[in-house]
Amino acid sequence: MGYQLSKAAGDKLLAQWSRNGIVFAPVKMEGEGCFADTDVVRYGNVTSLDQVEWEKKSDYSFKEILLPINETLFYFTEDQTMVPKGKEQKILIFLRSCDLHAVKRLDQIYLHNGGEDFYYNRLRRRAKFILMPCAETCDSGFCAAMGTNACEDYDAYVSVEGEDVFLDIRDEELSMWGEEILNGNSETTVALQFPKENKEKVTLPKNLSNESVSLALWKEYGDRCIGCGRCNFVCPTCTCFTMQDIFYRDNTNVGERRRVWASCQVDGYTDMAGGHSYRKSQGERMRFKVMHKIYDFEKRFGYPMCVGCGRCDDVCPEYISYSACINRLAKEEQTHEK
Amino acid sequence: MKNDYIPQLSTIKEVIRHTDLEYTFRMEYEGEVKPGQFFEISLPKFGEAPISVSGIGDGTVDFTIRRVGKVTNEIFENYVGDRLFIRGPYGNGFLLDHYRGKELVIVTGGTGLSPVRGVVEHFARHPEEAMGTTLIAGFKSPKDVLFKEDFDFWREKISVIQTVDAAPEGYEGPVGMVTKYIPTLKLKHLEHASFICVGPPVMIRFTVMEILKLGVPEESIWVSHERKMCCGLGKCGHCKIGSSYVCLDGPVFNYTDGKELID
Repeated sequence: MGYQLSKAAGDKLLAQWSRNGIVFAPVKMEGEGCFADTDVVRYGNVTSLDQVEWEKKSDYSFKEILLPINETLFYFTEDQTMVPKGKEQKILIFLRSCDLHAVKRLDQIYLHNGGEDFYYNRLRRRAKFILMPCAETCDSGFCAAMGTNACEDYDAYVSVEGEDVFLDIRDEELSMWGEEILNGNSETTVALQFPKENKEKVTLPKNLSNESVSLALWKEYGDRCIGCGRCNFVCPTCTCFTMQDIFYRDNTNVGERRRVWASCQVDGYTDMAGGHSYRKSQGERMRFKVMHKIYDFEKRFGYPMCVGCGRCDDVCPEYISYSACINRLAKEEQTHEK
Repeated sequence: MKNDYIPQLSTIKEVIRHTDLEYTFRMEYEGEVKPGQFFEISLPKFGEAPISVSGIGDGTVDFTIRRVGKVTNEIFENYVGDRLFIRGPYGNGFLLDHYRGKELVIVTGGTGLSPVRGVVEHFARHPEEAMGTTLIAGFKSPKDVLFKEDFDFWREKISVIQTVDAAPEGYEGPVGMVTKYIPTLKLKHLEHASFICVGPPVMIRFTVMEILKLGVPEESIWVSHERKMCCGLGKCGHCKIGSSYVCLDGPVFNYTDGKELID
């Protein structure tokens, strides 16, 4: 249901929500960027609307809330295991349309590729998604090309415009928690703000196939990529992890098994016992990633994995543009056809 | 809600030593298992490793483990009566029905024999179920030969070519790569032939090339792939090749699908 509130009332509503759950939103962390005197926008807890970074796209996605960077699967002693108790508290996540589409991709892997993942599922069940407006397109995103610029399956929409807050609340609990504030406000129709087009124009190749593996451009990317894996870690749809056992220094028979984020661009990703590994060159790894995002995943599940958020382009220390790579693939195809 | 990541303790019933590097661990396990499937075997502190089933017994499963990594090294320090953590089985495994009534040829390289050992064992015990069974098993050298006792039994029941890549002078058995022996196969019914090929990637590539040269159609060839499966559940991504997940769609692939897999 749509509402128009004053900012003060909007703040009260958010405070009310944060009494019933933990609210995560993009937050500008001053001076915490990679370089001296630079800021970074990452997810953090908020209790008021002003704490939210509404303008700039977050450098890192919401992903770490549902898939912690390292997550304890169980504690072990010599012959026993114990699963850490999950929390019950609801999780409210402010995110943009592209990222909400990314949730569908995470669900695809963690709930529908093989069985349901115990740890993801128990976090996911607690999550509610609050859509943020994109009044204007960001610089590097290409959501329109990926069809992720608009969405409907949000639990609430919140937009701050000057001293007004526009809301569309679909989730019953969110309405209920805010009852006191919302009651007495007449319902209005709220127009959602989505970017219709982007500055970054991307054309998807239509006929990728296994043949695309032998294209010369991969080698070129391989020469530039340094294999740092940052593109994977900022990507809202990258889902890979590696198992890791750690043990406590005071008693080495006690420890925990964790899963930690993994990157297909970093050495060791395919290493098998005995020393064999696959995709040794960065070019092959770049190809593997790009093909996964716009071809392999789609072949398996019926829609592309990439949501076009553009974060990988923003973060690459070698200025490799993934979107430019997609455009080049499309161009190669056209020249091929001619 | 089911938590697939929690392993079960399993007692080591027997340790069979094949070579200095390769032992078979017979572990306690109750439940359905198919040859070619794998388990995640772990030791807390050292981590998990995907290991394929090399034998299925009454209340036991066998794992033939090569001492090559962090986890497997540590497993070698465990002996009868000790316990390891296991979870599984994962993967599709070999479906015996694909090979029943066929002229079956199994080609293996090194430890590649382990995942397919259950199939060899089945047709050695029930030779009448196939039109004929041949095993071509290659090892690096005579001292790397696995399942020596099995070979004695198999030789009585099915046709066996056990070859080594290189041997010291005076060695009397077959020498040379497995690929050398494929053209010498005397298949009676090409249209009924069925091939299984398991081994290192290079071995698979060249072996399949030789098999195709015989005129065997692609759909009669089955290959099994090894990857580093961290979860076995389709989540961790390490075993993804193209649009396939080796842990869910494999490790056994019909070659019509297997040839599409480009790492």
